[in-house]
Amino acid sequence: MQGESVLVAGLIEACRVTIAANRDHLCELDREIGDGDHGTNMQRGCEAVSAEEKDLARLPLPDALEKIGLTLVMNIGGAAGPLYGTLLMEMGRKLRNRDREEEFPVVLKQAIDAVARRGRAHAGDKTLLDVLYPVHDALAQRSPLTDVARRAELSADLTAPMKAMRGRASYLGDRSIGHVDPGASSCALLTTAICRYLQENYPE
Amino acid sequence: MSEKTANVGIVIVSHSPLVAQGIADMVRQMVGDCVPLAWSGGNVRGELGTDAGGILRAIEAAWSDAGVAIFVDLGGAETNSEMAIEMLGSPRSKFVSICNAPLVEGAVIAAAEASGGASLAKVVATAEELSP
Repeated sequence: MQGESVLVAGLIEACRVTIAANRDHLCELDREIGDGDHGTNMQRGCEAVSAEEKDLARLPLPDALEKIGLTLVMNIGGAAGPLYGTLLMEMGRKLRNRDREEEFPVVLKQAIDAVARRGRAHAGDKTLLDVLYPVHDALAQRSPLTDVARRAELSADLTAPMKAMRGRASYLGDRSIGHVDPGASSCALLTTAICRYLQENYPE
Repeated sequence: MSEKTANVGIVIVSHSPLVAQGIADMVRQMVGDCVPLAWSGGNVRGELGTDAGGILRAIEAAWSDAGVAIFVDLGGAETNSEMAIEMLGSPRSKFVSICNAPLVEGAVIAAAEASGGASLAKVVATAEELSP
């Protein structure tokens, strides 16, 4: 329990820091193909989670994840809120109810599928799913965390040649091609921050 | 307030508080007080955006046992409305529909239909006839 509370607090802070450092970059990406507020929206969500960090760290991990998800939904203020929120809420719910045999990648996959349903999106639609699915694959293959992070960053870059099929970028049609998706980018940044934190504090 | 009326409630969700309030004004002008009506516009800070908590409160405010029809502008408004309906919880969530209809025309025509005592299904169908 003590260990979990340190983990939750550490991950919250690692995510907050990386989003704050990349806020302007994420807004810049979003200005190209969206409404330009993805960085500020994500920062607002992360700050709200940070404000609850002490309470969250006292909760069992599944409850903490579910509550973080709800806080993101209530504070991000764009489609990213329900998407990231669903990811974390579902992870929390699945972790709480999982069979003892079930490993984390199985739980993550179920949560990613819930995000896909929420956004009515598929792989290749130029969304954060285009990072989440490869991250899941890397984890399922038991790749080292450095490789998971690298896979996330590469996958975000690979959204550039895609044509947006969901969200506001889809209104641009072919003109969305050539730009990295902001949601995929924030997802890669968060993945990298999480991997780095785990490597530094929980060496494999 | 809404428990006294049997008419379907209307909720308007826009990224812009000005748009949401303006449409609510137009609906009110059309049907007066006989239709429960509420809006949510902007994010938690009142900037352009959407707010799942605010949408949830709007659904509660426009609640009618006959159900509630929600009108949304762009993507995030729809996704956050779905989230708000989930948070509303069962069984009330079954009596809330997001209309696939133009925001202004849809809300006004739906309110007109609701003011005549039409069912939620009829209100939604009438508004959705406007969609191409």
